[in-house]
Amino acid sequence: MNPLTEKQLEKMLRQAPSDADLDRAVKGLLARAERDGLIDVAYAEVDSPYGALLVARTDRGVVRVALPAGRGRERPHDEVLEELATDVSPRILESPDRLDEERRELEEYFEGRRQKFDVPVDWTLTSPGFRSRALHAVARIPYGKTRTYAEIAKSAGNARAFRAAGTACGHNPIPLIVPCHRVVPSAGGVGNYGGGAEMKQGLLDFEGAL
Amino acid sequence: MSNESLPPFQELLDEHSSDVLGYLVATVGPHDAEDVFQETFIAALRAYEGLEHARNLHSWLLTIAHNKAIDHHRSRTRRAVPAGDAEEVAGSVPASNSRPDEAVTGRDPELWRAVSSLPPKQRSAVVLRYATDMSYSAIARALDSSEAAARRNVHEGLQKLRGEFA
Repeated sequence: MNPLTEKQLEKMLRQAPSDADLDRAVKGLLARAERDGLIDVAYAEVDSPYGALLVARTDRGVVRVALPAGRGRERPHDEVLEELATDVSPRILESPDRLDEERRELEEYFEGRRQKFDVPVDWTLTSPGFRSRALHAVARIPYGKTRTYAEIAKSAGNARAFRAAGTACGHNPIPLIVPCHRVVPSAGGVGNYGGGAEMKQGLLDFEGAL
Repeated sequence: MSNESLPPFQELLDEHSSDVLGYLVATVGPHDAEDVFQETFIAALRAYEGLEHARNLHSWLLTIAHNKAIDHHRSRTRRAVPAGDAEEVAGSVPASNSRPDEAVTGRDPELWRAVSSLPPKQRSAVVLRYATDMSYSAIARALDSSEAAARRNVHEGLQKLRGEFA
């Protein structure tokens, strides 16, 4: 036999593991990380009629819902994950099983079978004070109803701060579950939305609010 | 925060898991690679938050994989061979109770046996060089050695393989 050349060695050694082997190894890893409590933020993509949502949770509850990117102010989902790494913890793993409950409730909502979300919410990403009070007021708006930014400002303790109420909604880390799509301008129209005005209009139509 | 710039851990998994598994298949054998792969990433997850910067994460992961592979050989050798320097002895036993025919998908089982019988440092260096295409400086980082030592280990490992494999 000819002496082994570097090229031959390279060719023989450089066999990437098969996708099936890699999948199995990663699945096992996820289960183990889960068991050892090493996943600070678990996330999954969840389908919606408007495109893929990114849903992330901690031990305490849903910490972030990212709307489909591209039509409103929502960032691309990889940037959302980078923000979570900085603002919550870099120990972030995609773990669809851990988001079964959230996925089920969102699916039921989009099928018109759910009007209120029961999954717990983790408010870590909302700064305390006015913004937090405003978003808690948003969370109480019933299905199929709307409030104006001025009304939210008033509920948050400062009736004149309607602009700040708009900013609070614009920074809502958990849209849909904290239903900022139900907040509209007093002057009419649906106003802005992270997933685009069309999505906001669509959600309000769907809920029978308009 | 010191870890301000660390990417989401999922990114490490997406980008480097194939190299880590490939490395481990070649060093501990296909039968045990999956288990050592999980130990590697669990250890990485534990250490991740304390990491001070996000440079060379590929080398960082392969260093952990290398250490876990050595642990693995040691624990098996301790059971099999009571005396001797574990790390040296480890190199002299075939790197697994693996069933190469069953799992070496696309790899030459003869070559794999020859690689697994190299001393640990040479084995790691050779595999990093030829299976994951790392530069000598990256190999040196991963194996915590000098670049010259990395070159020497690759060279000597290659010589040995040629001897056994020809």
